[in-house]
Amino acid sequence: MLDDIFSVVRQRWGSSSPERDDSKKPDIPKDLMFKCPRCGTVSFSEDFNLNGKVCPSCNYHSRLSARERLDITIDKGSLQEFDKEMVSKNPINFPDYEAKQQALRARTGLKDAVITGTAKIRNKEIVIIVMDSHFLMASMGSVVGEKITRAFEYATEHKLPVIAFTASGGARMQEGIVSLMQMAKTSGAVARHSEAGLLYITVMTDPTTGGVTASFASLGDIIIAEPKVLIGFAGRRVIEGTIRQKLPDEFQSAEFMLENGFVDMIVERKKMRRTLAHLLALHEQKGGAFDE
Amino acid sequence: MSDTPASKRLDIIRMKGRPTVNDYIPQIFDDFFEMHGDRLYGDDGAIKGGVAYFKGVPVTVIAQVKGRDLEENKASNFGMPHPEGYRKALRLAKQAEKFHRPVICLIDTAGAFCGVEAEQRGQGEAIARDIMEFMTLKTPIISIILGEGGSGGALALGVCDELAMLENAIYSVISPRGFASLLWKDASREKEAADIMKITAEDLVSLKVCDHIIPEPAEGAHTDAEATAAAISEYIFGALQRKFQKGLDELLNERYNKFRAIGEFTV
Repeated sequence: MLDDIFSVVRQRWGSSSPERDDSKKPDIPKDLMFKCPRCGTVSFSEDFNLNGKVCPSCNYHSRLSARERLDITIDKGSLQEFDKEMVSKNPINFPDYEAKQQALRARTGLKDAVITGTAKIRNKEIVIIVMDSHFLMASMGSVVGEKITRAFEYATEHKLPVIAFTASGGARMQEGIVSLMQMAKTSGAVARHSEAGLLYITVMTDPTTGGVTASFASLGDIIIAEPKVLIGFAGRRVIEGTIRQKLPDEFQSAEFMLENGFVDMIVERKKMRRTLAHLLALHEQKGGAFDE
Repeated sequence: MSDTPASKRLDIIRMKGRPTVNDYIPQIFDDFFEMHGDRLYGDDGAIKGGVAYFKGVPVTVIAQVKGRDLEENKASNFGMPHPEGYRKALRLAKQAEKFHRPVICLIDTAGAFCGVEAEQRGQGEAIARDIMEFMTLKTPIISIILGEGGSGGALALGVCDELAMLENAIYSVISPRGFASLLWKDASREKEAADIMKITAEDLVSLKVCDHIIPEPAEGAHTDAEATAAAISEYIFGALQRKFQKGLDELLNERYNKFRAIGEFTV
């Protein structure tokens, strides 16, 4: 029955979702309904979108594209993007890596998994880093590592705070050891920025895992997380394989990380811009100078 | 042996008799005093640290411990550290900086431990902190991969002024087994994975990740631990001489730039 309804919908509006042979289950067009990966509740996309892509039922803050994130975070038109055209080579000659990247570029309109640049939040200038999980799960290869490193170096040179919205599946397997080295490269740039006495705020979004958690994402002076997002080092299935039992749902959630002391605060999407503006303002001022 | 495929080297480094840091430390260093604990949570048996003399010079040694029998492996968790291991490493590195001792890291791990408690205690944060702090540590750091250099768990002790690898050692973003199961959903294809991942010492020299290859006896380190230890000693001696000639700023800039230069892209 449901199938019939949706086939009517598909005919009328056309659907980009591929036909599946085993369509025993209702084939819900992706653009009409949102099924929450956390609580399983299905809601109309319209309601879900109006709610800032937050599940109306459980408050899971779902994934945004980097562009969507910038739209709701920075002052309109304030982005001066860095390294727009940078693309990865194929350092370990991994089979089909170039073709895979090209297909993703066409599909997502992104060159790789991160956008960096200067921007303003309530007129305060910052360097912003936004990762986009729609490109190879925002895994960290040469481009992600280099753009983030350059962003921190620019911020250090121009004495600007950095705000990084992290999302990543971890290392980029297709770039092998070169991917692993990006953890050291980015963390080195964070170290220099920090030594210069400058502010770095991390906002962990869904999912922040693996090599990104084990490098620059965990190194913020302030670490914010969105509600219900996944944050962790090792993959859940890997751990379940090690301990041979199922893990509870809340394992590796933002709330789990807060409870264990690895996140400063959980902030809802609708309050994020305001929160960041307040924190930026507070850090612009030196606390009582004892000695001039 | 430079044409030995990675899959074959995997066999060599997994041989039961392959020397571990427990064999090497007494042969390379004098008067090793082991120091325990991270002062925050506990002591991790997978990372052994302490102070010792190297040819009369005080050094700090930080080493990942692979066991050779069940007993040893139980104590060292098969060489897979928990966060407290990485925090102990950082504590000892900071102490080395304070007392102007160089740090010698001996790497041999399949990776940081993946478990519930490791996550609760912040495995990601512990590794990130080591990487960042080692990058600006004001004393020379020499790292040597003895067998397996597995992912972030190895990199945490691999931010250094010079990285050397034993001839048959491997260094990889994920274990070949993990790679095979991720890519082909079939962990048993790990040998095939090893051969395409570019993880041998020669591969890593050409990718500018590894600076030196320390030769092993013809059939591998297990046939002559003493000779291998002597080769490691000789390397450390040369590396420290090279690093002591540098001013601190030069040392730290070169360390930063060593990693800064890795990545292949077009703009």
